[in-house]
Amino acid sequence: MSDVYEALQKIVGKDYVSNQTEERYFYGRDPGLMPPHEPDYVVMPKTTEEVQEIVKLANREKVPITPKGAGLSLTGLVIPQRGGILLDMKRMDKILEVNEKARYVILEGGTTHAALKSYLIKHYPHLRHSVPDSPPIATVVANAVIHGQGRLTQQHGFNSDLVSGLEVVLPTGEVCRIGSCAVSPYWFSKGPPMPDLSGLFLGWFGSTGVITKLGMQLYPCKKIRDAMLFLTDKAELVPEIIRKLTHTEMFEDIVVSAQPIPLRFKGNFYILVYMTADSDEELEFKKKMAWDALWVYFESKDGGFVSVTPDMKPAFLAMPSKDTTRFADVSKGGGFEYSGPITPIDNFPIFIKKLEEKAEEYKLFYASSARVIDAGHSMMFSFSYTFNRANPDEMKRAKKALDEAAEFALEKGGVIWKPNINEQQMVMERMDPNTLKLMTSIKQLLDPNGIMNPGNWEVK
Amino acid sequence: MLELKFDKTKCAKCKAVSCLVKCQYMDFKNKALAKKEWQKVINGEDSSVLEACTTCYACEEYCPFGNHPFYLIVEQQEKKGILPAPRPIVTMWINQCEPVGRFMVGKIEEKALSYCFMPQFNDLVGSKLFENIAYSSFLGQEFFCNVVYLHYAKMSVIKDRLPKVVENIARLGMKEVICLHDECYGAFTSLAPAYGIEVPFKPIHYYEFLYNRLKELKDEIKPLNVKAAYQRNCSARLSPQMDHFVDDIFGLIGVERVQREYDHENGLCCAEIIRMSKGPAMADDLQKKNVDDMVKFGAKYCVFNCPACYDSLAEKVVKAGMDPIHMIDLCRLALGEERGQKLRLEGMPALQVAMEGK
Repeated sequence: MSDVYEALQKIVGKDYVSNQTEERYFYGRDPGLMPPHEPDYVVMPKTTEEVQEIVKLANREKVPITPKGAGLSLTGLVIPQRGGILLDMKRMDKILEVNEKARYVILEGGTTHAALKSYLIKHYPHLRHSVPDSPPIATVVANAVIHGQGRLTQQHGFNSDLVSGLEVVLPTGEVCRIGSCAVSPYWFSKGPPMPDLSGLFLGWFGSTGVITKLGMQLYPCKKIRDAMLFLTDKAELVPEIIRKLTHTEMFEDIVVSAQPIPLRFKGNFYILVYMTADSDEELEFKKKMAWDALWVYFESKDGGFVSVTPDMKPAFLAMPSKDTTRFADVSKGGGFEYSGPITPIDNFPIFIKKLEEKAEEYKLFYASSARVIDAGHSMMFSFSYTFNRANPDEMKRAKKALDEAAEFALEKGGVIWKPNINEQQMVMERMDPNTLKLMTSIKQLLDPNGIMNPGNWEVK
Repeated sequence: MLELKFDKTKCAKCKAVSCLVKCQYMDFKNKALAKKEWQKVINGEDSSVLEACTTCYACEEYCPFGNHPFYLIVEQQEKKGILPAPRPIVTMWINQCEPVGRFMVGKIEEKALSYCFMPQFNDLVGSKLFENIAYSSFLGQEFFCNVVYLHYAKMSVIKDRLPKVVENIARLGMKEVICLHDECYGAFTSLAPAYGIEVPFKPIHYYEFLYNRLKELKDEIKPLNVKAAYQRNCSARLSPQMDHFVDDIFGLIGVERVQREYDHENGLCCAEIIRMSKGPAMADDLQKKNVDDMVKFGAKYCVFNCPACYDSLAEKVVKAGMDPIHMIDLCRLALGEERGQKLRLEGMPALQVAMEGK
């Protein structure tokens, strides 16, 4: 193994590789509930060529390799289950090109959402990207690889739907371009009109290759962003409320929240409706459309828009929202994890009921923040529980609640988002056998030695 | 159970029926019809008044007998289960102001400042106006006057919580409470007596405090020599006897209160409660009428008593070319101080863009 260490030093230089205890400790865990497992080496490449050399080395030596962005999935997706090389992508952080008219950006595999957001504000204020509500250090590539969602998801789909091209280092070391960039200098499409090969890499959690460059669609950044807040106390009304709102095709984002504290949240579902505009008139028109869409609930007194004061608005409009981070420490001790099934919106009422039941059963503090995806085709429903990391019993209870929530979500037709390795097995057990066979064949074809992020999407 | 001191014989003798005839939101110009409808309210019968009431509080001021017509409306709305606003909004209000043992109490002396449950007053009191009293103050749900539930047909919540609030404040041991929130003053001088709740301290309206303090600081006042429109708020209807202090204060600091249509008894609600209870069309119409009226009379400032009115109208006031300002800040300007409350542009995105454009 010392040969591997020396070889890695030769590839990236001695400052960017480590086998020291402290680094291995840090890179062996994430803030969620999955048990830690340390890598043998941590390496930080700077270029695609360095990644290529590292992957070739790993493949030759049959050493596991786990690519990592900021490691914020909370479900242990980049905990190196079998040790080996942890490939920290953060040094590959260049924004390479923005095509203003075609509205896309090309960036390196370790670029953070914060860097992209700042860059666009400074250089292209009329363009924006879909900012997720994860901490700003989340990387654009990792977020796309886990099918993350952002502020534009209601309008345009998962952040992986917005990918417009990839450069990938395959597990055997070849560099491969995916999408229009495979045949053209332009990165405007991840597939169409050719076969869409991006599906070989998106959603695989780095188990089929290392994404070194990514094209991401950008969207118009209008001058004004605003938010309205609709309240209802009837969970069964939420799916229809969302249907009515999405029918207008007017809104940037729709998020439904539920939690028992602070007390102002108790007993209600908070539906935040975001909108953008270039003028007062456009904004007022969109607000009127929201009122018109939900007037029936206002008349029946089952729901209403509550005035959002200037004090409240900055928190609502923040990108990313800081509320998740605040929630994460409600129990003190910094433990927080959620199971976030992607589900038809009709499941909202039974999911809320289950969230509350499990919180009661396991004596946990809960919250849910559900985001509407792609005009209401589905939603990400989060079963969120907090726990104190210094309280092993509470962690155990949180894990049980989450496991049972995930099981329930699958039973009801949902599909678990960014599943941990155990949940991946739950998904694969229910999968159409021929689909599973196809996935297995793809993995075998791309990664014959099984070196890429082993444990993930792995048929037992 | 606390009972409203309402004397129906006074209404029987009343020929003016001002409570309904003067209402700016219901059409009761016909006194006979008004009398008939009001009798229904007294009798606890179904009445259009209970549904149409915008909860502006104004009839409390209009009644020449101090017979509390608005409190009766709220009582009857609650008895009949009529919700002026959607149920979830009422729930939110009830929950968010529930005392949870998180409050702040300063070094309380004989006189103390009540922030009610509005931390934004902290921005305003950093002035020589309050230099000898700012440390003697208190804030929190435990001291929240609860008057807001008049908007939501929840007199039961007020009857449950207000006695405890009075007790909590009295326990702090001061003799006089200067109410920075006009609505607290209304709670202690109107609601409490109407329900026989004893208030063992002397409530002082902050207008009276400001007036006396400005007289002490008279030599430091630099008259502003401007015209200002005054935005009367709903709870000002619970203490109309304080309205003269607006003129008195303005007189001391060189401000002309424009004699516009929608001031004094004819003041218009800021309309944010109306937006939540009656919808945006009525609210937008009222706000436009109100702001247009201010502009028409050449006001430079729109002066607010209530922080909630400020939040509701500030953006529209700025767009109309005026400067929204709280009464305390107006006094601060006259003393050569900076204003304490800054316009929160980040909370008014459309205005922020408009201002950047300039």
